[in-house]
Amino acid sequence: MADAALFEFLHTEMVAELGAHHSDPGPGVSAGVWGEKVGSGGGQKMSLSVLEGMGFRVGQALGERLPQETLAFREELDILKFLCRDLWVAVFQKQMDSLRTNHQGTYVLQDNSFPLLIRMASGLQYLEEAPKFLAFTCGLLRGTLCILGIKSLVTASVASLPTCKFQVVIQKT
Amino acid sequence: MSRQANRGTESKKMSSELFTLTYGALVTQLCKDYENDEDVNKQLDKILFSHFLPRGYNIGVRLIEDFLARSNVGRCHDFRETADVIAKVAFKMYLGITPSVTNWSPAGDEFSLILENNPLVDFVELPDNHSSLIYSNLLCGVLRGALEMVQMAVEAKFVQDTLKGDGVTEIRMRFIRRIEDNLPAGEE
Repeated sequence: MADAALFEFLHTEMVAELGAHHSDPGPGVSAGVWGEKVGSGGGQKMSLSVLEGMGFRVGQALGERLPQETLAFREELDILKFLCRDLWVAVFQKQMDSLRTNHQGTYVLQDNSFPLLIRMASGLQYLEEAPKFLAFTCGLLRGTLCILGIKSLVTASVASLPTCKFQVVIQKT
Repeated sequence: MSRQANRGTESKKMSSELFTLTYGALVTQLCKDYENDEDVNKQLDKILFSHFLPRGYNIGVRLIEDFLARSNVGRCHDFRETADVIAKVAFKMYLGITPSVTNWSPAGDEFSLILENNPLVDFVELPDNHSSLIYSNLLCGVLRGALEMVQMAVEAKFVQDTLKGDGVTEIRMRFIRRIEDNLPAGEE
């Protein structure tokens, strides 16, 4: 069946667009998502927030495809465990390596070998680049949580590749 | 079915849609960029054409390694064999569908891949005035990049698309030439 590889390569191209240099389009014109010319009416360059937004939409769509019985979670913690197990396996073919919480709405999900960082050298060499490879996935988590009825803020941090931590902060309305 | 088995099936289904969902989100984002811009709309198809093709090409150049590693397919002896491998192995492996190979040219250098649906745009709603053919150019780029890495220069293009109301989706593949290794200067 369809492969994680295709998604990974597409993700890489989308991230590459963040750093792509496009010639100045001229006055009154800005650059679109892939650097193309857009008139003054619209257009935003590929940015971390655009990546996060796309991840959010995909996370929502994935969440919508869940069978009904998995949606009958009793507790917030069950939902986070679901993200760490079922969602992560479905998207990255592995489970999250650890889940911690302060039991007050903050969760830290740690992946010791995050697949979207694996192709980059281990350690500290590409630390600066790492956030670009995490934005989409932060959105993905936020989107799936949204479908499961939870409003959240999701950020990610990397101390040393390929280990990364996703911080989920539940927003109480 | 046990709960465990249910989980496995659902995981598989979710991961198989991840690529098409992501591509759909990307295309939707691009549509948003242009929805208020009349001047650019006229140029849109040309602009997108020029952007999706090279990105697809980059993907193809990497995908072929992944494909060769997973599939254990040997070297293809002719374009017909290549067509079969693309349709029956590669499409099946990455998109879960098997297009049919038809409409061979008399010279055997062109063929069509016929798909019942356009696999890339399951989750995209295209605005009326945009050609859906252009969004699918990513796939054409992938095919071109992948085949170039195995010494084949080809052209790939969508000639029919269910998204546009055609009965099927058809990709036309044309063999241009074999890519030989460069000879050192002075030996040509």
